[in-house]
Amino acid sequence: MSTKGKVKGIISNLVTVEVDGPVAQNEIAYIHLGAQKLMAEVLKVVGDKVFVQVFESTRGMKVGDEVEFMGHLLEVTLGPGLLSRNYDGLQSDLDKLTGIFLQRGEYNFPLDTEKLWAFQPIAKAGDKVESGSWLGQVDENYQPHKIMVPFVFEGTYTVKSVVPEGEYKILDTIAVLTDADGKDVAVTMVQKWPVKKAINVHTEKPRPFKLLETGVRTIDTANPIVEGGTGFIPGPFGTGKTVLQHAISKQAEADIVIIAACGERANEVVEIFVEFPELEDPHTGRKLMERTIIIANTSNMPVASREASVYTAMTISEYYRAMGLRVLMMADSTSRWAQALREMSNRMEELPGQDAFPMDLSAIIATFYSRAGYVYLKNGKTGSITFIGTVSPAGGNLKEPVTEGTKKAARCFFALEQARADRKRYPAVNPIDSYSKYIEYPEFEEYIATRISSDWTKKVNDMKTILQRGKEVQEQINILGDDGVPVDYHVTFWKSEVIDFVILQQDAFDKIDSVTPLERQEFMLNLVMDICRAEFDFNGFLEVMDYFKRIINVCKQMNYAAFQSDEFKKFGEELSDILSERRQ
Amino acid sequence: MATKAFQKIYTKITQITKATCSLNATGVGNEELATVNGKLAQVVKIMGNEVTLQVFEGTEGIPTNAEVIFLGKAPSLKVSEQLAGRFFNSFGDPIDGGPDVEGEEREIGGPSVNPVRRKQPSELIATGIAGIDLNNTLVTGQKIPFFADPDQPYNQVMANVALRAQTDKIILGGMGLTNDDYLYFKNVFSNAGVLDRIVSFVNTTENPPVERLLIPDMALAAAEYFAVDKNEKVLVLLTDMTSYADALAIVSNRMDQIPSKDSMPGSLYSDLAKIYEKAVQFPAGGSITIIAVTTLSGGDITHAIPDNTGYITEGQLFLRRDSDVGKVIVDPFRSLSRLKQLVIGKKTRADHPQVMNAAVRLFADAANAKTKLENGFDLTDYDERTLAFAKDYSEKLLAIDVNIDTVAMLDTTWGLLSNHFKPAEVNIKKEFVDQFWK
Repeated sequence: MSTKGKVKGIISNLVTVEVDGPVAQNEIAYIHLGAQKLMAEVLKVVGDKVFVQVFESTRGMKVGDEVEFMGHLLEVTLGPGLLSRNYDGLQSDLDKLTGIFLQRGEYNFPLDTEKLWAFQPIAKAGDKVESGSWLGQVDENYQPHKIMVPFVFEGTYTVKSVVPEGEYKILDTIAVLTDADGKDVAVTMVQKWPVKKAINVHTEKPRPFKLLETGVRTIDTANPIVEGGTGFIPGPFGTGKTVLQHAISKQAEADIVIIAACGERANEVVEIFVEFPELEDPHTGRKLMERTIIIANTSNMPVASREASVYTAMTISEYYRAMGLRVLMMADSTSRWAQALREMSNRMEELPGQDAFPMDLSAIIATFYSRAGYVYLKNGKTGSITFIGTVSPAGGNLKEPVTEGTKKAARCFFALEQARADRKRYPAVNPIDSYSKYIEYPEFEEYIATRISSDWTKKVNDMKTILQRGKEVQEQINILGDDGVPVDYHVTFWKSEVIDFVILQQDAFDKIDSVTPLERQEFMLNLVMDICRAEFDFNGFLEVMDYFKRIINVCKQMNYAAFQSDEFKKFGEELSDILSERRQ
Repeated sequence: MATKAFQKIYTKITQITKATCSLNATGVGNEELATVNGKLAQVVKIMGNEVTLQVFEGTEGIPTNAEVIFLGKAPSLKVSEQLAGRFFNSFGDPIDGGPDVEGEEREIGGPSVNPVRRKQPSELIATGIAGIDLNNTLVTGQKIPFFADPDQPYNQVMANVALRAQTDKIILGGMGLTNDDYLYFKNVFSNAGVLDRIVSFVNTTENPPVERLLIPDMALAAAEYFAVDKNEKVLVLLTDMTSYADALAIVSNRMDQIPSKDSMPGSLYSDLAKIYEKAVQFPAGGSITIIAVTTLSGGDITHAIPDNTGYITEGQLFLRRDSDVGKVIVDPFRSLSRLKQLVIGKKTRADHPQVMNAAVRLFADAANAKTKLENGFDLTDYDERTLAFAKDYSEKLLAIDVNIDTVAMLDTTWGLLSNHFKPAEVNIKKEFVDQFWK
């Protein structure tokens, strides 16, 4: 018999409930409001008074309204058919909801129970299995979707039977397992898991080292992210955070992409809805939407489920990682999630930390980022979740709590800069402030030596040195004047500008320039570094700018041309001619 | 109202603050409306039997034995075609002396549009102002504010945009408008002979500040009626959202909430997002476009109000006086329309994106040259040319008194580029240079 209660107090979406029995922290409850049932989560218990946050508007709720406690935490439903769906933060399928407007209290089952899936067994009778072991697989949008022993199962089981190859619905029993006490348990293709708990079905979580190609030069070349790595993109508004994030999610070399649109603009999600079913995955040639799941809790949707949405997305990511797949998860933006925590903490009258955020904010962020990673599964296969979050720092100030908390947790930092954005140098990632810790890993260096070349990291470091030097020289020129410094200074500055214009800047809206495969990045970096290492003859600083502007212009035309096309080669020859004019 | 006879009247108020009062009552719904001695109020907190009401007009003169009547409904607006051409106050009551509006009563601040039922905005809104159409193109279903200091002519620009844009309805939500500005809008709209497609909800500085919290929801409820029921293109003007946010801060302060940045409530982002996200393009053709004003203090955009707004809206427009040409221009550096990518080069000529970026980049070079000049350094020939270009560019394109179509804007820009630069200096794709260089 489940615990029941009655509403005693309401402040916005924080509701006090008087209960008649046991309740658990974070347990899910439904508040009956006329014919509607509104989902809520327990946040605090004081005697027989329970504080719940309601995931919907509480308009019209009255003292005395009935509350029903469900005896479980907030869970997601995992099974075949998650791909290419658009869910809200509580995993209701947005496409199944009726009407133009979201009606509160309308929840639905996130999967299709009638669809038949072509099941192939992997395990056989007599096998010893445990949670996460692969029992069989179905084909989900060309991905081998593994049907696993439910993650909640503890200890070792023996497979009693697995159904033969054939077509089954997700709720059909596909295997029977026998536990240590000899009791039989039936397993279907569907399981549930509480979102706030990490799914742990791996044996080891090594340091990640495999480059995750994104086609964005300022990332892959300058500050690479790796499979299973973590990164974050802080930036003031208008610096191109969303464009960069969309570019990564479109182009990254991942099997599954999960996008948590958390408290951001609805039109940005609509852009994904419109584009992804049309755009081709550059790696497989299939439609992007086939490998994508969108968890949309836009800024006007209920605040409380904003927090749930990032956990829902992470849990689904972990589910696919346990199948040995490479998952890329993007959350835009984690600041909105932190703000949702702040609103709640505020209503609960907790003592505030910095900027009125809850005290444990940085611990919450760290725990969340730690759920990403590259893992060895129990069967020796590998899987990964690469997680990239965006942060929207208040006033563009990177010293605020969310940015600082994230900086401690994430290993890559892509600093978007207002000054670059103002000058239309996109992507506006500051090359000097940004970093990737992975580039220092010996494991990564070893890997990249086989993937590109053994002197790659050295070249990248040389490039960064020139950028740094260019910035210093520019400051000196600004102080001393064009003719107050040696001509060499101008040359150094303009070499750094070549790197900036040709490597770092990239036109996200140009069909060719928007995606640069690694091979092409290598070619262009070699080309640019060759220019940077060359010595040129100049009579006075006036000639320097004109000359390098010509170089930049030709290199940019190369970026716009198809790689190794006749046009591309023609510009390449033009470049050699320009270089030979003054090269010593 | 028929049920009125059975409504219970409470006469014992237990607590009064500047904006709220509390009393013991039962059977009251959250966010329900009530009247306190005839003044409209809304339930904001219920604790057991104690109900806290936010009194919109303020609590001056409310006695502890005031009559409190609960109305059993959330704030609402009667919607029909009769709204057109009318002026209302924060509560949706006519202030133009005309009759009450007949129509279906709808709750304001209603639910959000399911994101999968939205259509991607793709229709350009032409304003004739090149600083907008060329550099920061607006699209139906967009939400965008002017970030402006109080002395800038944002209301005039906004009125111009509203009149030139091809829309079916214009809804004005005025919050803390000075009476002069209110009359300005009224005059401009009636002189243009467009009053029949304008609906206004106005709270002036003469009205109590808390009342203005209802204005955006009222305006948007009307907008949703025309956009959803009538499939019309609706443009909503909200001025000034800073007054709205200040009113939020007052209420949250009176309710003893812990303030976050700049004394604003912690929920400011969500509060603003609920309003701005009503901007939408519906598949059936109706749309709501929001152009708002957020006044800044001393141009500070790091303040919580413009900062949160910037993260919600799809860009922002900055006005600035350019002393070189003596005109107000749309600042090309800080202004941005995020949705312009959906239309430029697609609904406009293919060279639009590249020409736009090249001109802004050269304008930035001119700004650098200007700094050099101010610091007493010699200018190069290139610097001189960028400065000459910048002056022409400000005068012929960025100034807010420009009124030409997009093709003319592009041709003018090409003309300026050709006058002042060599093709290699503009970094534009060769095919466009070949085609348009003059």
